[in-house]
Amino acid sequence: MALFEARGVTKRFGGLTALNGVDFALERGIVSIIGPNGAGKTTLFNVFTGLYVPDEGSVTFRGQALLGLRPDQITALGVCRTFQNIRLFANMTAIENVLVGMNSRISLGLWDVLSHSARFRQSESQLATRALGLLDRVGLQANANVVARNLPYGDRRRLELARALASQPALLLLDEPTAGMTQGEAGSLMRLLRGLVADLDLAIILIEHNMRVVMEVSDRVTVLDHGEKIAEGSPREVQASPRVIEAYLGRRGAAPRGAHGA
Amino acid sequence: MIQALLSVGLVAASALGVATFPRSVLVFLLFQGSLVFVYRARIPELLRWSLLVVALLVLMPVIGYFNGYYLEVATQVGIFVVLALGLNIVVGLAGLLDLGYVAFFAVGAYSWAIFGSPHANVIFGGGFPLAGGWFYPFLVVGLCTAALTGVLLGLPVLRLHGDYLAIVTLGFGEVIRVLANNLDKPINITNGPKGITPISRPPTPFGLPYGEYFYFLVLLLVVVVVIVNRRLENSHIGRAWEAIREDELAARSMGVPLVRMKLMAFACGASFAGIMGVLFSAKQVFINPESFTFLESIGVLAMVILGGMGSIPGAILGATVVTVLNLQVLKGFSLWLNELKNAGVTVLGYSLADLPTQFEPAKYERMVFGIILVLMMIFRPQGIFPARRRQRELTPHGS
Amino acid sequence: MSMDFELLVRIFPEVLLDGIILGFMYALIALGYTMVYGVLEFINFAHSEIFIAGAFIGVEILLGLQGRGLLEGFPWPLVLLLALMAGMAASGLLAVTIERVAYRPLRAAPRLIPLISAIGVSFFLQDFIRLFESLWRNAFNLVYPSMDALNHRLELTATIDVSVKSLVVIVSALLMLWALHLIVNRTKVGTAIRAVAEDQAAASLMGIDVNRIISLTFLIGGAMGGAAGVLFGVQYGLINPYSGFIPGLKAFTAAVLGGIGNIPGAMVGGLVLGLLEAFAASYLSLLTGGAFGAEYKDIFAFSVLILILIFRPKGLLGEVVRERA
Repeated sequence: MALFEARGVTKRFGGLTALNGVDFALERGIVSIIGPNGAGKTTLFNVFTGLYVPDEGSVTFRGQALLGLRPDQITALGVCRTFQNIRLFANMTAIENVLVGMNSRISLGLWDVLSHSARFRQSESQLATRALGLLDRVGLQANANVVARNLPYGDRRRLELARALASQPALLLLDEPTAGMTQGEAGSLMRLLRGLVADLDLAIILIEHNMRVVMEVSDRVTVLDHGEKIAEGSPREVQASPRVIEAYLGRRGAAPRGAHGA
Repeated sequence: MIQALLSVGLVAASALGVATFPRSVLVFLLFQGSLVFVYRARIPELLRWSLLVVALLVLMPVIGYFNGYYLEVATQVGIFVVLALGLNIVVGLAGLLDLGYVAFFAVGAYSWAIFGSPHANVIFGGGFPLAGGWFYPFLVVGLCTAALTGVLLGLPVLRLHGDYLAIVTLGFGEVIRVLANNLDKPINITNGPKGITPISRPPTPFGLPYGEYFYFLVLLLVVVVVIVNRRLENSHIGRAWEAIREDELAARSMGVPLVRMKLMAFACGASFAGIMGVLFSAKQVFINPESFTFLESIGVLAMVILGGMGSIPGAILGATVVTVLNLQVLKGFSLWLNELKNAGVTVLGYSLADLPTQFEPAKYERMVFGIILVLMMIFRPQGIFPARRRQRELTPHGS
Repeated sequence: MSMDFELLVRIFPEVLLDGIILGFMYALIALGYTMVYGVLEFINFAHSEIFIAGAFIGVEILLGLQGRGLLEGFPWPLVLLLALMAGMAASGLLAVTIERVAYRPLRAAPRLIPLISAIGVSFFLQDFIRLFESLWRNAFNLVYPSMDALNHRLELTATIDVSVKSLVVIVSALLMLWALHLIVNRTKVGTAIRAVAEDQAAASLMGIDVNRIISLTFLIGGAMGGAAGVLFGVQYGLINPYSGFIPGLKAFTAAVLGGIGNIPGAMVGGLVLGLLEAFAASYLSLLTGGAFGAEYKDIFAFSVLILILIFRPKGLLGEVVRERA
């Protein structure tokens, strides 16, 4: 049984078919989803995380059907994501952002909060320690009390990652995590991701445009174009696939090797 | 050092001033102002809180001895402080604009009014009113009834955003008012526009007169409610509310259960109003639907906005300022104007006695609320004592 | 409790007429809400006071004429026209002023801020009107002077008669709605308004002065509200500074019912709500033997509002209400 499996996912918006019978499965490691703009990659993520209900198809995680579940329920099951356009809680500090991410793992009730029971105080201090640990992991410990809005761009992306990790997911969906980063920053983020996969037994699905990153870090690559899966395999295989080349560059063009994402 | 001396001096002097000139509204305002000064002054915490405790627990009741009306004002301020703190949770923390908040106040008030007065006999045939001592358990009953009403209101409106949520809650508030005004047939539940009276009062400890008793009870409830608010704010619940207010989609995706959190916000906010409703009906001995209109809802909103959304000291300040404006300043202005009229004073050749009789400044609460809301939104949307986070959100900046 | 079926049938034409009049009035007021929402995605809470201000200007005109003994002297269509023009002008200008002073500075702020400002304006205006009338006339519960010509009843059939007043109100409302339809659909200005409502950024790139169009929208919407106010006064007689609140809320319901931002929707929504309310008010009371009194018709309208927003937020004719997530 695959950790995560999507079969025949189809999503239409009025007359436009954004996704057409997409199959996808993941057991472990890092899988990248690539494709030209408008291929439906983020739409696929939105289906996976419960923000969109597909018209056809099924999505299961650890054998449990995800369709029909709310996003917060899906997060509680162990699937968490980041956003293409960074959706941090802008006026909350870095550590507060991460603490919110832990919400699904907190089992305290209203009474615990109101009475400041021992359980509550213990939980809060554990949460704070964990949150700092996560921030440290992504290199933001020094900025724990900085308001998210005031963080530089690269730090904001990392904060989003830390926040997503806060819910202790088994599967992480990252939507263009290196967008806007320099090669150096992108490389260091990728090393971080590899470390997370190893240490936390995490599986990651990556939407990316930065081909160098994709080739270096992925165990497998899936290619979408116009809502359909047109290729899948190891990075090398995909890179050489004529269909993929055609999708990116039209008829007669070079392979998307090391091309910088838009 | 100077500030410390000034604090003590102002409080003492103004308190003495009130004792000497019990009829002067200005001196009493000075006393209240001195408390605000003490709150904000750069003085040692011990001094600050000792002064405030002494002022509220000792000086205020003494002032009440010289002029009972001031104690009444202080008690009303306390009631509205709790209401403002309740609305603060819904609007300030969770970001849900509730324009019908007074409905929860009404539910609490009527719950004690019905059972704590002979009126229940009309419904149940006999055995009422409940003895005054039942007031205390009914504080909890009021809390629960209001919380339940909050959940019932919240359930259908959860999916709505911003403007629509506001209008629907407004409609709900109006529905409650109309029900209160019309549920006297076929079964007489609320006695319609005639209201319910007399409502039992609890026996007071140490034989305190009711004015002082209700003042201290309100003060106690204020302290409890402030503690509850702070605990909620600094917990995963408060953080979840903030997250919802910042970005609902992201909050959902991070595991925050929207429905449950929003309902909790409504229920918590409503429960404060419910408790105060019970207290209100016992204190007034008579209630009718007139006390629970849209005007009251907007009044509480104006308090939260003036003080600062999401800010506890802000809610307290806002409630104080607005209540004092209405109960004292406007009223005082009205009385003063009457005195001038009677004395035959003229302004720029125009005799004040010729002012139309229909012109009564005391009735212009709406204008006061309106001006407060508009000016605050344009010039200082974060409020006078802004919450830390709102300050960041609403201060104009070059983002 | 016997249902007097004959009675129900007998009052039907009267109830129908009441419903139509009420419906047109709601439609005229609803236009103000819907037009402003269309261009700004903002609920102009103060529109209920813009509406009642028109009613007050109208009554001042009429009382002024009456005071000079001119009321019965002039032909009544002229008198009414004068009142309507004055009411429309005043309300329109009031709306434009409010937009400049209380809404424009807040256009970039989070959405709740201008809404709260609008509530503040609404409250301020209620007491301002009270203040003005208290000082001017030492009374703020005013009655529209009745004009004999209007009270005259015409016989349509053997059993049904209708007052000239009702006919005048209906015809005026129809004319106004038709005029608005022409403006919005057949003039350059109307096209500009519709463009701004569709996409502000694109409209401005096309050379449209968005601020001017927004002011114009407030002017037109306000004028419609003012006309409704005068007609309201003529029809129902008694006005006070606080009588705009409930009709305003109901007209907003009508706008949402028809599809907020959709102009024909406001007209349809207004009519539907007016008819529903008139029938609910009359028949509900009769059928339940007076257990449900007149005030319940207000709850009726609010319940309609709550139900539509929950189950069909786009209304009967409207476009999808864009989610702001």
